[in-house]
Amino acid sequence: MYNCSDLKKGLKLLIDGEPHVIAQFDFSKPGKGQALYRCKLRNMITGSLFDRTYRSGESFEPASLEERDMQYLYQDETGYIFMDKKTYDQITLTEETLGDDKYFLIDNMDVEILMYGERGIGISLPNFVNLRVTQSDPWVKGDTAAGNNKPATVETGYTLQVPSFVEEGVLIQIDTRTGDYVTRVKE
Amino acid sequence: MEPNWQLVRKRETLERRARIIHQIRAFFMNQSFLEVETPQRIPANAPELFIDAVPSAEWFLQTSPELCMKRLLSAGYEQLFQICHCWRSGERGRRHLPEYTMLEWYRSHCDYHQLMADCEDLLTTLVPEGQLLWNNITIDLATPWPRITVKDAFTNYSSISLDDALESDQFDAIITEIIEPSLPRNKPIFLYDYPLEHASLARKKPDHENTAERVELYIGGMELANGFSELNDPAEQRLRFQIEEDLRRQQGKTPYPSPIPFLDELEQLPDCAGIALGIDRLIMLLCDKKTIDDVVLFTPENL
Repeated sequence: MYNCSDLKKGLKLLIDGEPHVIAQFDFSKPGKGQALYRCKLRNMITGSLFDRTYRSGESFEPASLEERDMQYLYQDETGYIFMDKKTYDQITLTEETLGDDKYFLIDNMDVEILMYGERGIGISLPNFVNLRVTQSDPWVKGDTAAGNNKPATVETGYTLQVPSFVEEGVLIQIDTRTGDYVTRVKE
Repeated sequence: MEPNWQLVRKRETLERRARIIHQIRAFFMNQSFLEVETPQRIPANAPELFIDAVPSAEWFLQTSPELCMKRLLSAGYEQLFQICHCWRSGERGRRHLPEYTMLEWYRSHCDYHQLMADCEDLLTTLVPEGQLLWNNITIDLATPWPRITVKDAFTNYSSISLDDALESDQFDAIITEIIEPSLPRNKPIFLYDYPLEHASLARKKPDHENTAERVELYIGGMELANGFSELNDPAEQRLRFQIEEDLRRQQGKTPYPSPIPFLDELEQLPDCAGIALGIDRLIMLLCDKKTIDDVVLFTPENL
């Protein structure tokens, strides 16, 4: 069982018998008062989103889902297509199901697909992915202060803050848990 | 490998943070406050229902330096301040870290009204321009700042009265979910006079059986500081601690040892007032940062 202090973005819980994932999480607490755990939950079967606030003392059943090793193939108008590496069966996950995870998918990437019966209802990504910067304004000459940053867009359409020395075309490592820049990747 | 970018990018904020802490020290030293360093690992914290201490071998990390600082006041030190780390188990959010930096100051021979004036003086010293921009809100720091009792805050902002909220155990929920979001954001505001059961270390307000002289400062809708006219009646303090301990037991929480030397010396405590202010949140305000992660070098997740 989980308790309130285990709650965080991405945690999967069983609520009313169905698997849910915490899509957004915020902890708030008056200094001397009781903590409130505000969650935006996504029902992993229906995709519906709703808000729920919990108070300390509540407990939660983990949603233990079967995970299958699959490979990401491509995206088409129906969604994102994955292939089971053992059976070669293909399944499709919709954009809504993937949420922000869609930004960290690279062709032929190995991922774990969370299964509910025969349906894929989510993915487990590696902690780090390498993606190419497709758009970022050039480094302004004279901008030498360490720590300056600028926005950059990577090949999947994801936009993040990067150091000002990161140029278009370079490969960068991103932490999929936070969505933050880690480092440039040597090729 | 490149230098850790998440650390590199914080340099400007961290440099400002260091300067602000230096100014805070100067602010108190200029008024003849004594800076102290009390132990951070202690045998007993003040028992509070909703504050869980981090155990450290057979002792605990401090949840606040309050008890040791009051022992110094009991021994005749009249004006004290401290900037130290405090630990509160399980507190992690956009405005919470389980290890964070606290500023606490105490003055003898005064009450919580003086603390409110101190907060006004401190902020106007740190921000001579007289206004702040935080989260796209311009906050006017011109003094005096508005002061509103908790009772009036319930009347003004909530559909149920303070008494009904206490009766139905909704006090904290209404403060966090209804009152805090409704507070004016363009000026700091003090909420004061709390129900006695929400102020276990604060003195009773004269002629008010169920009200304690406790004050909270909110800036931009964020809780920044909490202070009291300090309770200095040892029998009453023992009783209040007992109530907190009983509530902890009822809720299945770890019981805490009693801070005996503090209680023994409490009869020497002069009339005084003390307040704790979250330094990290202050830096968030002064550097226009949205999350506490932006104003500290390391969070527990990136250690």
